[in-house]
Amino acid sequence: MKRVLVNEPVCMGCHLCEVYCQLQHSKHEDMVKAFKREPSRPIARLRIEEKEPLFFPLGCQQCEEPYCVNACLTGAITKNSDTGVITTDEEKCIGCWTCILACPFGIIRQDLLRHKSIKCDLCQGLETPTCVANCPNEALTYTTIED
Amino acid sequence: MKTYVPPKFMIIRDPARCIQCQICVNQCSFDANYYDIEDSEVRNRDENCVGCHRCMTFCPTRAITITKNPLEYRENYNWRSEDIEDIWKQAESGGVLLTGMGNDKGYPIYWDHLLLNASQVTNPSIDPLREPMELVTYLGKKPDRVRIDRDSFDLETELAPQVKLNLPVMFSAMSYGAVSLNVHKSLAQAATEMGILWNTGEGGLHHSLYKYGNNTIVQVASGRFGVHAQYLNVARVVEIKIGQGAKPGIGGHLPAEKVTAEVALTRMIPRGTDALSPAPQHDIYSIEDLAQLVYALKEATNYTKPISVKIAAVHNSAAIASGMVRAGADIIVLDGLRGATGAAPKVIRDNVGIPIELALASVDTRLRQEGIRNQASLVISGGIRNSGDVIKAIALGADAVNIGTAALIALGCHVCQQCHTGKCAWGICTSNLSLTKRINPEIGARRLSNLLRGWSLEIKDMLGGLGINALESLRGNRLHLRGVGLTDTEAEILGVRMAGS
Repeated sequence: MKRVLVNEPVCMGCHLCEVYCQLQHSKHEDMVKAFKREPSRPIARLRIEEKEPLFFPLGCQQCEEPYCVNACLTGAITKNSDTGVITTDEEKCIGCWTCILACPFGIIRQDLLRHKSIKCDLCQGLETPTCVANCPNEALTYTTIED
Repeated sequence: MKTYVPPKFMIIRDPARCIQCQICVNQCSFDANYYDIEDSEVRNRDENCVGCHRCMTFCPTRAITITKNPLEYRENYNWRSEDIEDIWKQAESGGVLLTGMGNDKGYPIYWDHLLLNASQVTNPSIDPLREPMELVTYLGKKPDRVRIDRDSFDLETELAPQVKLNLPVMFSAMSYGAVSLNVHKSLAQAATEMGILWNTGEGGLHHSLYKYGNNTIVQVASGRFGVHAQYLNVARVVEIKIGQGAKPGIGGHLPAEKVTAEVALTRMIPRGTDALSPAPQHDIYSIEDLAQLVYALKEATNYTKPISVKIAAVHNSAAIASGMVRAGADIIVLDGLRGATGAAPKVIRDNVGIPIELALASVDTRLRQEGIRNQASLVISGGIRNSGDVIKAIALGADAVNIGTAALIALGCHVCQQCHTGKCAWGICTSNLSLTKRINPEIGARRLSNLLRGWSLEIKDMLGGLGINALESLRGNRLHLRGVGLTDTEAEILGVRMAGS
């Protein structure tokens, strides 16, 4: 299984991971259009936690026993049994925010415009998640970990 | 009285491209970009901009351009804006103006007046892709003559300690405290990977870097920071620092705010105190005194390591170098006019010392005349920009060169000359723990190794063109150089003939 790992000592808190995450999860491929033309600013799936000189990006941990999956009222959040990646089926999500209450990392966010909960999906379809690919200091790596 | 020092640069932000992501704000360590919460907009403080291009490089939409402030003073060849503003600053502060990096004035760069030869028709050039080329260099005292056992062909002459370099380039002395630990790690890792040496500078060696000792030169400077038996013995070479090209004749001053816990531990001084290096080494007032320290260090390291002595290139370098060799130095290092620093008085940086090319040529010539050139290796530093400069230095007589600024540029430095502020936005010349993270040692080491690999290939190409397959054959061979735009005296000192002759 591949996961996004953080090399905290070299995270400088530039927030580029967030910006590229926002771009990846918007309708446009062009950064300027993604931020300026969409009805609301795209929402990043991860966020930088900072208390200088400490910085690190926090994203979904893809927990082994995910509270969000257990908490979801409609079965919208599921864990892929092969890859272990947890994703949300937006068709089924009713925006009850129970997953947000359940997540111990506080990393699931509200899309208030569409009334859906959103979380990191490790950029399904991309070889490397965009936050990793665009980290200028290699503080994020996409690494195979032991099961 | 009202003084207004106009901004040097302007930050131009294209509103059509700016997405208000504030990365420019969090990357600028000089507060030149800020976010106005009231107006929800990123704005500039141009007066703080130092032209380091950090914001421009990190802007994900390329919305930022940094440009020179077009504000002009009335044209005056004598009173340029820099002269006028320096006077204003001093009229306000009454202090010494500080700066970083090397001399940025228009003194001649002699490398640009020297050209290399190449083989045509009468002698074949060598293709380095098809034939082996040798860049290996050994530093250390060489014997006057070599005796070999006639039967076994074993070497009978006892050699002084030698240090092998895979290419004739090393990293200049940059102290921990001036640069960050991550910079030291990058240099140490790259030096180890490439088979060269890096240099601790005068701030001691952090304990986590002892494992790179075999590729480390440790310095013993006038402040004696971090000098102890293990420090000397873990190293490959011990260097006595007498002077530095950026500030010949004066000492060093690491301000208290840069002396963090780790810097204090490594330097063996109290945390948060100024680290002052005296101008002279107070136990060295003569060549005889120097010999005492050289031999004290040889004793301390049981004659297993070459002892290097570094001086700034000054008017009498040739005579001083002769004395240094006679004092027992195995390696002498000359640091020229354009050698850089983490902090120096501007007036010293810009006005003291001599160009390294002239110092190198005169020292090499003098040591040859005296028949002692073999007794010490000659290393030069100060403004080496590319492999062309390296190979010209070798042809002028250097055994190897040190690169400092070039190495830092490989790590991201944009030569904005703000080293003395401790706010380096590229995380190089600072001990601010939020900023030092900006250098990832893994990336740093990779980039430095890449630079050296590129230079090696280029040096081999140039050697091949000269029809030479070993750097040793070029060393001090000034017939491979020709001068352009030199006066007769300059050509004579450099020991080169003019192009066309």
